[in-house]
Amino acid sequence: MLDVKNLYCERNQGLLFEALSFSLKPGKVIQIKGPNGAGKTTLLRILCGLFGEFEGEVLWDLEKHPIYLGHKAGVKDLLTVTENLNWLCELQQNYPSSDQIKKALIEVGLLAYKDVMAGQLSEGQKKRVSLARLYLINSPVWLLDEPFSAIDVEGLTKLEERMRGYVEGGGSIILTSHQMVNIDQDVTELLLKGANSC
Amino acid sequence: MLIKSIQRELLLSMRRPADLLNPLVFFVLVVSLFPLGISPSDEVLKEIAPGVIWVAALLSTLLSMEVMFRNDFEDGSLEQMSISPQPFLVLVGGKIVGQWLVSGLPLVLMSPVLAVMLALSEEGIKAMFISLLLGTPILSLLGSIGAGLTIGLKKGGALIAILILPLYIPVLILGTHMIIAAEQGVSYSGDVLWLAAILALSISLAPFATTESVRIALSDG
Repeated sequence: MLDVKNLYCERNQGLLFEALSFSLKPGKVIQIKGPNGAGKTTLLRILCGLFGEFEGEVLWDLEKHPIYLGHKAGVKDLLTVTENLNWLCELQQNYPSSDQIKKALIEVGLLAYKDVMAGQLSEGQKKRVSLARLYLINSPVWLLDEPFSAIDVEGLTKLEERMRGYVEGGGSIILTSHQMVNIDQDVTELLLKGANSC
Repeated sequence: MLIKSIQRELLLSMRRPADLLNPLVFFVLVVSLFPLGISPSDEVLKEIAPGVIWVAALLSTLLSMEVMFRNDFEDGSLEQMSISPQPFLVLVGGKIVGQWLVSGLPLVLMSPVLAVMLALSEEGIKAMFISLLLGTPILSLLGSIGAGLTIGLKKGGALIAILILPLYIPVLILGTHMIIAAEQGVSYSGDVLWLAAILALSISLAPFATTESVRIALSDG
């Protein structure tokens, strides 16, 4: 479903990666690892089409768009949690019922906040709002940038559980994380060495 | 989706009334300071009214331009929009329409009151209303290109002004000329057509330019 061939990218006069090739198949997980500044986020941004200054090929073969979770949660302070979630789903051409929204909010432990302005939530809670999409949107690939940061232990277990179920159902995940991912599945590691080499 | 995007924009503005009121208050204040500063005599006011109204409208639009994409950029909403399967052009178009509805339209509706204060004749007020109605959407459309280009910059306000003001000048000239012509009792239909033509041109081109400029800015984020 994804073929990356000969990717080359430099940023701020430093080489991030060259001749980088890998592919992603349904039901597989790729974890991008590497030191800070190695280009993990840049690689994810290239994959989802946010960053265009690279050479090489990124070939997607998908029927539906991936879900991307970036450093910024994409949650608006001036909208309530439910309004935010509705909008984020509509962007992905999903139109969940209020029942479905409710269920997703139970999963991420935010039901009590469903009509609260997102501006009053903590960083971790905002991230949970964005993560609630994983329960609502039917997408073949998740691109997750540091999904575990700012999330507490309980949330982390929940998230790993959701990832496990998703991968068993044929979904694929590319994520960046410094942590070990514990989802009983082969996790292919992709190590970026970073610009230090030159 | 266009409607949804506009609705969202309006809802967000309603929840932050300061953004909604700032340009309007600025417009009213600037225009009402002139009679105090120069002269309250009808003759003088009539003379300066077209220029004062248009320059104030122009600056107040610039004022509201800076925040147009800033908030969506900072919280990550903009990148979610740009990679969504929904056409980004439509989402950005919705933002521009929303921006005009909360900053341009109130200004147009408010202007006849100010025109009376500046001693414009009935015919002049009519011309001014039409010129602003056609002109402010152009200001919003062109301004959005500059707003897109300067998203990533911390102090983008001054840069937007430098980028966009030259493009505003034809609108300023046509708009003021229209009011002057009406005051002198000359036909101004040519100016109306010119403004309408520029509006049509901006509607058909500016959203594309804005979408691209936002994409470029996002790429650096």
